[in-house]
Amino acid sequence: MTTGNRPLSPHLQVYKPQITSVLSILHRITGIGLAVGSLMLVYWLNAAAYGPEVFERAQEFLASWLGKILLLGWTWALFYHLCNGIRHMFWDAGRGLELPQVHISGWLVVIFSVILTVLSWSAGYGMLGGA
Amino acid sequence: MSLRTDLGRARGLGSAKGGTSHWWAQRVTAVGLIPLSLWFIYSAITLVGIDHAGFKIWLNAPGSILLMALFVIALFYHMQLGLQVVIEDYVHNERNKIISLVLNKLGAVLLAVSSIIALIKVAFGG
Repeated sequence: MTTGNRPLSPHLQVYKPQITSVLSILHRITGIGLAVGSLMLVYWLNAAAYGPEVFERAQEFLASWLGKILLLGWTWALFYHLCNGIRHMFWDAGRGLELPQVHISGWLVVIFSVILTVLSWSAGYGMLGGA
Repeated sequence: MSLRTDLGRARGLGSAKGGTSHWWAQRVTAVGLIPLSLWFIYSAITLVGIDHAGFKIWLNAPGSILLMALFVIALFYHMQLGLQVVIEDYVHNERNKIISLVLNKLGAVLLAVSSIIALIKVAFGG
């Protein structure tokens, strides 16, 4: 069994950032960020299980400026990971693999993730005002 | 030119020693998470600023606890699969890698089960 003489990949830093590579690493970064965010979900559900006082404190934290920044980040991360995940499914089906299509779908993912985040937060603020 | 060794090609399992099962499970959980995560975001929006009593009423509404449980299971299964790939990519020390992979699996189960128990407590608690 020989494993020698395989080509070595150059280091990442020699490449100019491109929409393809940046969105690819963003998929992984948002995935890791959402894993951290899942801890907040578990904390929130367990706070509710502990009773009204503990749940109230969790709700207060989420409504604080730090809580809002985190939630905003997780909202965008979820929409990005979701949209780009669907993009991956098209690739898995062998569709949209030509470079111009990859660029278009990439920008669509970015645009949709931002629009969905803005819509969700508008709706969230509407809940506060409308109630 | 193939970059794979003869033995690697014969066994056909790839670097993660798992064949296609990991890839397939990641896609299945991803497909499930499309409707579930959209439903979760919609629900989270309707729950903005809710108090404990309101949260309990929401959880006891038809479908809420079922969809939350499905969301949590799919979420932590998918998370475990994704973090596994990250660990396999970046942790090169064999001992640390195995420890990280085991902790990743145990952690995902812990988080999923603790979420579901919390849901049951809220829904059926006094």
